[in-house]
Amino acid sequence: MITLTVNGERVSRHVDPRRHLIDFLRLDLGLTGSHAGCEHGVCGACTVRVDGEIVRGCLVLAASLDGAEVTTIEGLSDSGEVADLQANFVARNAAQCGFCTPGMIMTAADILAHQKDATRAEIREHLAGNYCRCTGYQAIVDAVEATLEARR
Amino acid sequence: MNQITPASIGLSREDLPNSYIGRSVPRPNAPKLVQGRATYTDDVVLPRMLHTAFLRSPCAHARIGAIETAAAMAVPGVVRVFTGADIAKVCDPWVATLDHLKGMKSAPQYPLPLHRATWQGEPIVAVLAETRAAAEDGVAALAVTFEPLPAQTDMESALAPGAVVIHPELGDNLVFTRTAETGDVAAAFAAAHKVVEARFVTGRHTGVTLEPRSIIADYNRADGTLTVHHSTQAPHMMQGVFAKQLRMAEGDVRVICKDVGGSFGIKVHVYPDEVAVAAMARIMGRPVKFIADRFEAFASDIHARDHRIHGRLAVDAEGRVLAFDVDDLTGIGPYSVYPRTSAIEGNQVVNLCGGPYDFRNYRCTTTVVLQNKAPTCQYRAVGHPIATAVTEGLMDLAAEALGMDPIEIRRRNLIRDDAYPYTSPAGMRFEGLSHHASLDKLLQMVPVARIRADQAEARSRGVYRGLGIAAFIELTNPSPFMYGIGGARISAQDGCTVRMDPDGSIVASSGVTEQGQGTEAILAQIVAHGVGVAVERVKIITGDTQTTPYGGGTWACRGAGIGGEAALQSAIALKQQLLDVAGAMLQAAPDSLDIVLGRIVDKAGGAERMTLHELGRIVYFRGDTLPRELQRELVQTRHFITKEYPFAFTNGIQASWVEVDPATGMVKLLEHWCVEDCGRIVNPMLVDEQVRGGIVQGIGGALYEHCIYDAQGNLLTTTLADYLVPMSAEMPEMHVGHVETPTRESLLGAKGAGEAGTAGAPGAIMNAINDALRPLGARVHEQPFTPERILRALGTIA
Amino acid sequence: MKWPAMTYHRATSLADVWAAFAAHGPSVTILAGGQTLLATLAFRLSEPGMLLDITRIPELRGITLQGQVLRIGALTRHVELGRDLLVRQHAPLLAQAVPHIAHPAIRNRGTIGGSLAYADPAAELPACAVALDAVVVAASTAGERRIPASAFFTDLLQNALAPGEIIVAVEIPIQPSLAAIDEVARRSGDYAMAGLAAAMRVHDGRVVAPRLVYFGVGRGPVLAGAACRALEGRPLTAESIAAAQAALTTDLDPPQDLHGPSEMKRHLARVLTARVLNAWLRPTEMAA
Repeated sequence: MITLTVNGERVSRHVDPRRHLIDFLRLDLGLTGSHAGCEHGVCGACTVRVDGEIVRGCLVLAASLDGAEVTTIEGLSDSGEVADLQANFVARNAAQCGFCTPGMIMTAADILAHQKDATRAEIREHLAGNYCRCTGYQAIVDAVEATLEARR
Repeated sequence: MNQITPASIGLSREDLPNSYIGRSVPRPNAPKLVQGRATYTDDVVLPRMLHTAFLRSPCAHARIGAIETAAAMAVPGVVRVFTGADIAKVCDPWVATLDHLKGMKSAPQYPLPLHRATWQGEPIVAVLAETRAAAEDGVAALAVTFEPLPAQTDMESALAPGAVVIHPELGDNLVFTRTAETGDVAAAFAAAHKVVEARFVTGRHTGVTLEPRSIIADYNRADGTLTVHHSTQAPHMMQGVFAKQLRMAEGDVRVICKDVGGSFGIKVHVYPDEVAVAAMARIMGRPVKFIADRFEAFASDIHARDHRIHGRLAVDAEGRVLAFDVDDLTGIGPYSVYPRTSAIEGNQVVNLCGGPYDFRNYRCTTTVVLQNKAPTCQYRAVGHPIATAVTEGLMDLAAEALGMDPIEIRRRNLIRDDAYPYTSPAGMRFEGLSHHASLDKLLQMVPVARIRADQAEARSRGVYRGLGIAAFIELTNPSPFMYGIGGARISAQDGCTVRMDPDGSIVASSGVTEQGQGTEAILAQIVAHGVGVAVERVKIITGDTQTTPYGGGTWACRGAGIGGEAALQSAIALKQQLLDVAGAMLQAAPDSLDIVLGRIVDKAGGAERMTLHELGRIVYFRGDTLPRELQRELVQTRHFITKEYPFAFTNGIQASWVEVDPATGMVKLLEHWCVEDCGRIVNPMLVDEQVRGGIVQGIGGALYEHCIYDAQGNLLTTTLADYLVPMSAEMPEMHVGHVETPTRESLLGAKGAGEAGTAGAPGAIMNAINDALRPLGARVHEQPFTPERILRALGTIA
Repeated sequence: MKWPAMTYHRATSLADVWAAFAAHGPSVTILAGGQTLLATLAFRLSEPGMLLDITRIPELRGITLQGQVLRIGALTRHVELGRDLLVRQHAPLLAQAVPHIAHPAIRNRGTIGGSLAYADPAAELPACAVALDAVVVAASTAGERRIPASAFFTDLLQNALAPGEIIVAVEIPIQPSLAAIDEVARRSGDYAMAGLAAAMRVHDGRVVAPRLVYFGVGRGPVLAGAACRALEGRPLTAESIAAAQAALTTDLDPPQDLHGPSEMKRHLARVLTARVLNAWLRPTEMAA
């Protein structure tokens, strides 16, 4: 049995040790906004926050998270923390199929929080672990850059 | 967030109603994507649903021996194990050939093979279990004997004496061959001032949709229906496939396709494991889910572009193209893929080589052979990047041989903008292209003089940069000449039903589908424009065979050109119907009225007469007040198919500016430009982003992506750490420009835009790399252009 | 693929670890950051009976200066290594290495102890540890044991830990030196096709104790003995650098991989040798 906080709500569940965090979120909690793209730690579609830091959800054992604080795209959206970033993603068409987008937003939120003066190259570098097959990345970089500029 | 108003897209009241066309309206379905509220197939959970995993062949070619299932059945959670023979009881095999591809042959393919495995990764046995994890445990507990057979992996020797004939009943490994020949090629080469030639290789690569292939099939014994939730580009086609293979009536099969996490051609094919899922659901009478994992995706999604091409080009002293002579060979795996077949890619190479240029003498042969690797089939820009790289690589070699500027040789040979209609030597009919206008536009965008100065200065410091150009044509809006005439149930027409509900809101259902490219956005724009309402009043339904008009779905860049035109026609028809009803209510001639932003107005003067909301109230709730004979069905359906031209060709031109590190062989992409002409642009932002995404997919093939097999047919690139896809840090800034030459086949005038980026990027990058390497005496023509290959070309390594 | 069935136990002290080893023996696999281990479970290449989570053991945390040694707790995550002021001051090579390691989300979880234990020949931190002449501190019920990094990486993905031992810390000797890391990778964050972590001192214009450690070119981090001998005691000049490059023929026999043949990797190693050492030419010449 683990007890943790997910998107501000306390959750207690029995969890099989073989369950990774993304399957826990998707299958046990119905939080389907986080996606499993490769399940071996490369694509970034499963990026979520654990204790305030972004992680690969497919490389975290759900059973290890007793007492942890987890934030997913659902919680991040509800909090309004990145409403401006999300609006810029829409305005700039920085999401096409959208499968990478929750992970991309989680990673971009990390830039907004910690690298307020990031250049385009630094934005690209920070997003370099998040695979997007559709956009070619430029619109995503534009949306993050526009959000950083508007917040300055 | 993102409410679309005239003001928010920079419109005044006077601009409406006909100004949604050509505006960068944000996608109405984008907010759910950025908030994680989309519904992909794996997000769907059904009662009593089972999960499946497949035992896949570890061998490239093997006889399937004993299949021991007892241990698998003993695994907790495992419900049932299916072999090929089990599935074949309810499911027929298919053969992927097209009648119009003369002489084409392939072998019957079962969902799970009965006797032989013919590629590593082929699904052999399926395990059904309560969870995916338990199904995988079951697979691990299976004991299947594979008796290895010699494998034919090399396409070059597939037709040679001694080759392993993969399907003995076919006699040999030849699937298809075609030669197009026009003019007198031999004489042209004999008379040429210069002849250049090269051997080109395009690397076998694959689509890597971030959402893997996903399907839930649910057979309901109570009513005899099969409902399939499927991540697909072509719901109606799949409806037909499932019905035919499972011996059901087409009407008893429903395919539902909600959000799709990327397709690029990967999800328009019939996959044996997916048909097996439908068959298992049919047998079990309960839902069965299959979500391919990434390893399965690399081993069993279609691959593409495994070509070796010898190309020759003859030019005269003025740099005029005299003749192209091209010999293409492609290995397609052990089966042609159903129902589009795996001969189309090679056929496209024949259709497209030399495509942008005005010349007379042409010979091109494609030879399509079987091999024991994963099947290949159509993937974004089918054949285009190959034909463009060959054509443009040869053009640069010719320019170099002549001492001519690469831009100048293109200007001398591109088909004149006033030459249309024009039939190419390969027999392609062009309605209207804009090569010279596109080149001019490109040269406005690319600072060639500054780049050449920078290049010279950099070389003096030992830094090697290069500029590469690639012109291209792109086939879009296909007619039945692509597949239908070959006997495939692949619809080239598409339909749209537009209705108005009581509150004046508009619902349009379309047979084309949304894969992320923005189909629903442009359909909403077109319908809003056609009816005369604000775009946020329009809701779009796609991806359900039971609620949308029959259509072909999304492929070959037909969404805007075909689906968009059907939407426009049906929207205009609904508008006329609304005006007829309004005229009766208002005692006015319908043609004296107009609809602007959801209000009936006087055409002259624009005075508001009534709202659509009011009109809806009366029609739906007080029909008694309307004239008895008045037609008041506020719903219209139109279908559209192109009739004059087999394909709506588009054109464009790209430029790539790169830096090559001769010490490491690494290529740095500095900047990239693309000008393309997709006819009428419905939404410029969406078109630009299609082009950018397409360019990066082309970059993937040019620099990174490669499905590498060893000589025994073992796939070595089985993870995302080994199969390299383009990531953000290495991608260049891309500039996109447009020329608009609308097709006259439709009112809308739209052609396709989704494949232009991919078609031209590899050729432009190849030419840029070779421009950079020229002072060092090195050239590369084998994709991907890896550090290893560049270092070999430089002679740094043997 | 889904991870195989296994059990999970969280240790909150080293005593918990020893108890788990005693009870479950070789079926215990240590879970630290998990950024490599859990990815390999998805390949179902290994099936650990039990994952023993050591991430909440306080003794394995912390970075402290202890005399002439910088002690870095095994659970120090890459992100912490990159921003820690003591590391930046006393072992800047490690901080320099961090941006080369995968991506931010990985660096938030992956640990130095895990990276060393996994002993991936293409990983940065094992090479840095050897270049800095670090000492791996292993512990077991028998107490602590100090293993020089140069003796720690015994073969491909193999280390010198005995059964029942875990890494508790890495100790870096502090001495003023030149140190740098460079690598050639296809994409940002990828494992390097070839990499070099180098450290040396310059005394009276001559190279002292050079340690050129190559990664991605062998069965572990490769301390290039012949190349180091080509530099030792000589001024750092174009000639001595060329001699070090030439000596790599003796030092390196890289296995070919998907990126290219052995010859290419040796070539890249030479290129990196020049790039790293050339950057130090000027101060050396000034010192001379």
